[in-house]
Amino acid sequence: MKHFVLIILVLFCTGGAPVAKEAQSNEDPKIEQRMKALTEQLRCLVCQNETLADSRADLAEDLRQQIREQMKAGKSDQEILGFLTQRYGDFVLYKPPVKATTYLLWFGPFILLVAGTGVLYRYLRHRRELIQDKPLTAAERKRAADLLRNEIG
Amino acid sequence: MNKLLLLPLVLFIGLVAFLLVGLRHDPHEIPSPLINKPAPAFQLKQLQDPNKTFSAQEMRGKVWLLNFWGTWCVACREEHPLLIQYAKTNAVPIYGVDYKDERATAMQMLDDEGNPYTLTASDPEGRLSIDYGVYGAPETFLIDRDGVIRYKQIGPITEEAWQKEILPRVKQLSQ
Repeated sequence: MKHFVLIILVLFCTGGAPVAKEAQSNEDPKIEQRMKALTEQLRCLVCQNETLADSRADLAEDLRQQIREQMKAGKSDQEILGFLTQRYGDFVLYKPPVKATTYLLWFGPFILLVAGTGVLYRYLRHRRELIQDKPLTAAERKRAADLLRNEIG
Repeated sequence: MNKLLLLPLVLFIGLVAFLLVGLRHDPHEIPSPLINKPAPAFQLKQLQDPNKTFSAQEMRGKVWLLNFWGTWCVACREEHPLLIQYAKTNAVPIYGVDYKDERATAMQMLDDEGNPYTLTASDPEGRLSIDYGVYGAPETFLIDRDGVIRYKQIGPITEEAWQKEILPRVKQLSQ
C-alpha cells in the first residue's frame, strides 16, 4: 500500500512537471509581478479573447519570455508596449490609444449620449404641448352631460 | 409624425448593414503595422547547411517572398504543394523561415514533399517570427527591392490570393 501511494505520488509529480515549471519558476518575483500586470492589458493574437497573461498558446509563452528578458534588461513598460505594437499593431492593446483613427471609438458613445439627450428633451417638450388641457366648449359640455345621463338612465 | 415612426426602422436597417459588413471581416486577419516599413533585419542559420547564414540584407535589389512555416503547422502543409506549384513558374523567388521546428523533421519534409524554397533559414526559437509579428503560420511577406514589406498574406496563399494579390504586386514592383 505504501508503495502504491508512493508510485501515485511520483506519477503525479512527474506528470505535472511541465505545468509546475512555469508556475514556480525561479524568476525574480518582482519581474514576474510586473510582467503579469503588463500582460493582463494585452491581447493574445492566437486566441483573441484571452489576455497574454492567461493564454497557454505557444506564441503567448514566447512573448512572455521576451517581455521577461526585456524587463531584466531594464526596459520600461512603455518601451515594451512599443516593441509589441510595432510588430502586432494596436490590436494587442485591450485599451486602444487615443488617436485620429480611434476618435469615433473613444468619443462616439458620448456623442450618442448628447444626441440622445437632445432628442429626448425635444420629444418631451413636444409631448407637453400635445397634452395641454383645452377647456370644453359649452356645446361639448352639454353633449358629455347628455351621454352620461343616458348611460345611467 | 409618420416620418418619426419610420425612424426606428431606418436605424434598424443601418444596424443590420453594419453587422453584415462586420460578418465579412475575418477577425483573424489583423492588418500588419509592418506594411510599407523596412523588413526587420536578420541573420539566421541556413536549414540545409547550418554553417552558412542567410540575411535579409542579401536580398537587396530583388523582389522576393518570405514564407514562415513549420512542419507542426497543418495549414503550412496544406500550402506546401501550392508553393511548389508557384515556385515552378519562377514568378518570384520564395524564401522560407522554418519556425520553431526540429531541423531533421523539416529537412525530411522538404525531401519527401518537395522543396519550393530557394533557401530556407532556421528560426528554432521563433525570435525572428516575433520580429515579423507572425501569429498564425503560414504567413508570407512580399518584400521589394529596397527591402520594404509591401504585402502580407496571413494563412495559406490560395490560388486566388496568388493571382489577385501576389502576382500583380510582383509585376508592379519588378518594373
